[in-house]
Amino acid sequence: MPNRLNKPGQAQYADPLAGYAPPAGVADELMDASGNVRPVWQNFIKFLTALPAGDIERRIARGDQYLRDAGVFFRQYGQTGSVDRAWPLSSIPVLIAESEWNGITTALVQRAELLEAVMADLYGPNTLVASGQLPPALIANSSEWLRPLVGVKPASGHFLQFIAFEIGRGPNGQWWVLGDRTQAPSGSGFALENRVATARMFTDFYSKANVHRLAGFFRAFRDELQGMRQDGSSGVAVLTPGPLNDTYYEHAYIARYLGFMLLEGEDLTVQDGKVQVRTVGGLRPVSVLWRRLDSAFADPLELNEESSLGTPGLLNALRSGTVSLVNALGSGVLEMRALLAFLPRICRSLRGEPLAMPNVATWWCGQEKERNYVIANAKRMLISPALSTKLPFDVDAQSALGGTFRGEATGSVEDWIKTNAQTLVGQEAVTLSTTPAYIDGRMQPRPVSIRVFLARTASGWQVMPGGYARIGKTQDATAIAMQQGGSVADVWVVSEHPVETVTMLPASSAPYVRPDSGALPSRAADNLFWLGRYIERAEGYMRLLRAYHIRLEESGTPDTPLLKYLETYLKPYKIDLDEGVPETLLHCLSSAVRSASKVRDRFSIDGWMALNDLTKSARRMAEMLVPGDDSARAMGVLLRKITGFSGLVHENMYRFLGWRFLIIGRSIERAAAMAMALASMADKDAPENALDLVVDVADSSMSHRRRYSVSTSRDTVIDLLALDVMNPRSVLYQLTEIRDHVHFLSENSAYGPMSPLSKATLALHTDLAIKTPEALDTKALLDLAKRIEQLSNLFTESYLK
Amino acid sequence: MFYDIKLTLKYKYKPAALGGRHILRLMPADIEAEQRLVAGLLEVSPRADERVDRVDFFGTQTTYTTCGGPNPALSFTLTARVNRLASIPSFDMSPPLSALGDEIRHYKGIDARAPHHFLGVSPLVPKSQAVADYARGIVSSQMTSQEAVSRITMALNNDMKFDPDATEVDTPMDEAFENRHGVCQDFSHIMICCLRSLGIPAGYVSGFLRTVPPPGKPRLEGADAMHAWVQAWCGFEAGWVEFDPTNATLVGQDHIVIGRGRDYSDVAPIKGIFRAAGSQETSQAVDVIPLL
Repeated sequence: MPNRLNKPGQAQYADPLAGYAPPAGVADELMDASGNVRPVWQNFIKFLTALPAGDIERRIARGDQYLRDAGVFFRQYGQTGSVDRAWPLSSIPVLIAESEWNGITTALVQRAELLEAVMADLYGPNTLVASGQLPPALIANSSEWLRPLVGVKPASGHFLQFIAFEIGRGPNGQWWVLGDRTQAPSGSGFALENRVATARMFTDFYSKANVHRLAGFFRAFRDELQGMRQDGSSGVAVLTPGPLNDTYYEHAYIARYLGFMLLEGEDLTVQDGKVQVRTVGGLRPVSVLWRRLDSAFADPLELNEESSLGTPGLLNALRSGTVSLVNALGSGVLEMRALLAFLPRICRSLRGEPLAMPNVATWWCGQEKERNYVIANAKRMLISPALSTKLPFDVDAQSALGGTFRGEATGSVEDWIKTNAQTLVGQEAVTLSTTPAYIDGRMQPRPVSIRVFLARTASGWQVMPGGYARIGKTQDATAIAMQQGGSVADVWVVSEHPVETVTMLPASSAPYVRPDSGALPSRAADNLFWLGRYIERAEGYMRLLRAYHIRLEESGTPDTPLLKYLETYLKPYKIDLDEGVPETLLHCLSSAVRSASKVRDRFSIDGWMALNDLTKSARRMAEMLVPGDDSARAMGVLLRKITGFSGLVHENMYRFLGWRFLIIGRSIERAAAMAMALASMADKDAPENALDLVVDVADSSMSHRRRYSVSTSRDTVIDLLALDVMNPRSVLYQLTEIRDHVHFLSENSAYGPMSPLSKATLALHTDLAIKTPEALDTKALLDLAKRIEQLSNLFTESYLK
Repeated sequence: MFYDIKLTLKYKYKPAALGGRHILRLMPADIEAEQRLVAGLLEVSPRADERVDRVDFFGTQTTYTTCGGPNPALSFTLTARVNRLASIPSFDMSPPLSALGDEIRHYKGIDARAPHHFLGVSPLVPKSQAVADYARGIVSSQMTSQEAVSRITMALNNDMKFDPDATEVDTPMDEAFENRHGVCQDFSHIMICCLRSLGIPAGYVSGFLRTVPPPGKPRLEGADAMHAWVQAWCGFEAGWVEFDPTNATLVGQDHIVIGRGRDYSDVAPIKGIFRAAGSQETSQAVDVIPLL
């Protein structure tokens, strides 16, 4: 252990606080105004100070390694598309004393209740507008106020169940609400990952530091969602916009963590006014959807017609009260910036009390007095679109900060305000407190805001004791967003006493019941099926390409009869042999990655990484390969990588229903490809050595030698590669696999009599099993390949539609 | 004036469609002192698996239907008898355009008839500088609001060419305006955009229009059409007034209302999704028969 070799006080100990100086005029989380470390930080700083030099770096590396292994990333959008970037965790957590936190909690629960009341009014009697407390123009012009939802009462009686508040500390030390996140707040799953990584960095300190745990909050919310179900047989699911969304990773993570299905709009259908999931076992009811999808996209029939992410008829199910959406559709209207101007007054009128935590001071320019005030004070304000739902520090081009335009607009800010008064708000420019970030080997103060999560539970609103902190890249508080290079940090709520350690497991002493492995949505099954097919197809191409290039190296010319024959054979597959790694193969691998990315929640991280590694290697190679030996070797490398992936699937993947779909996909692909290859290479007109080539491609040279101890003949090759039930490369072997899996699936389905699929599978298997090599001529082989493809279609029709 | 209205929408699919889900807005409105629906029936064939009839936010009768498959054809048939009572207003009681903004601000509420819904952008009527410039060239702020609406109606009727082949149901408003052609939907959207740019709340009305055959010719069966026009809010006193830019007229007893909204997307006669793989053939027949 390195710290045994050093004694305290020696030069190896770096003072992490050396040179730490918060800028003037802002509050600092770590130090008070006179430069003393605040009590809640003292133990942690003491701990850090006692670490030998270089130790913090090693700890940070450990946390980052965890995040990489866990596959946490974020997607950064640029002008030319998006790139996946490493998760920017700032290693130093933000520490908040429990006593202060309790005050924050009380204030935010009050705000949650206030927002629930405002929401109920906006989608109900609209008294706030009628009594002049909210300007009608603001609500009527908000694209988040959804008219089809007006008058629709949520089945649970509540509109809001899971919300977040972005808060920041002002110069006087007081906390402010910067924005309300009521649509479908993201970050709680990332907060969990931040916690795991940060706790790993400081594991020795964390375990004794009285830091409140997060699991209890999630457990209570999970129970709440389960309790909202209409009956025990219906399910709870997380509804995601899909893998293209920038927080999809979190959707998959949180679904896995809470044990809920992860669904996309197209997984759902509405029948008889009820929401159902299409699964491989037929339709299954769902009555609670925790949506991570923006409201407007939820139902193309009644909301945004362009949406391909939604479920037609969903609103009808909502009206009939058979499903609960969390939060209720239309809740995005509460995120509107201009609402902040009216909430303080509304709080007084609805609750008879002031806001316990003020929100950032806001003036709507649609009112004369307020407009004049904004014009007079434009220099210390952010002036921006009133209907925008972005957070105040998320400053876009259509804004003026400190009296000047952020974008390319010119002219006077005053004229701009006057012309566009109704659509603008002025907000007090945000000054955030600073918190230590470990940058370039020392602590440096950086602006911070904290997202705090609230969930409605059986005992009322609960606040997650922690949060998702965002840390600015520079001292500029408007550059705090991750898209602008900001980072994130864990938030520790520190108690003076030992805290309860909780896990997601139930505390009761009831006997253990093995949970149902869950329904398999048809879309997920479809993706697994195609993943199996694409991977097998890619492997088949690699084997053919390797065989080609080895022979090319030997002959020195592509003009031998065999190579010409092979080239003609590959033509229909659009494989260009002059390309080192043909585009077709790359395309096949990308398709595999795309299929896998849609079932991330069902996939091990190792498997995902192996697949990505394979695809990246293939792309890298594509740029530099030359035909012949070089390409043959490269295919060898790729084949080893792809069998690595297949090995993971075989050895490690849990044998849930989805695994069978993956295997069936692979078997269908392999059987059909082998039948096609034999039809060509074992044809009577095939050139010399074609039989050896197909045996080589099927990786069966050794087996052939041992089984027949003669040179290849048409009969031995057909016997080994089409009819041998012991050879995993043979057609019959794969048909046996398909038959057994289909049998298993049909036993688990509602079918009474034998399904068309079972019949077709059995018939095909039997027809082949009783064949002799002589009878399997080219025509018969082509017919066999065709029937295998038909099997694939039948399979799709039975399970994947 | 009493009318018997018959409308048939037919869809044929090859191969048969696997199922569908639709929202229909075809039933004439029933509004006291304006238009009475004496009787109305909307039939779906083949029979719908599910059907929910309700009134939407803006007060339009909507019918939600689903049908399973396979179906080679689907049809919706409306039969209705309507008593249209509205008459053309004889006095202009609207404030000058310059004073309309104040009246709008005093309207506290966001009920379906509130002007506030009809001033901003809506899905099919975006902001357009070209349209705003055009509108500003036609009216002055001294005009009454209603006169401004009337002037825009006449100007558009004059400057735009009615051409049923020039635009499709999804042709953007800007494009139709640039080419100065289109059908009632395009005329109405452009007029709405003009009015909103002047600060006049304006919405879209979907309905039927009685067509009068040329003198001496019989009325052609099935040749009538669905129609669209514009409503504008001209202050508390005048309320909503309706103009038909396609025919350069105030709206009266020849116009039968189905529903009102911000633009076509709020009142589209049929919206829906049919799961069909092949080709689709559509036909429409409308009869608006006055009962004399």
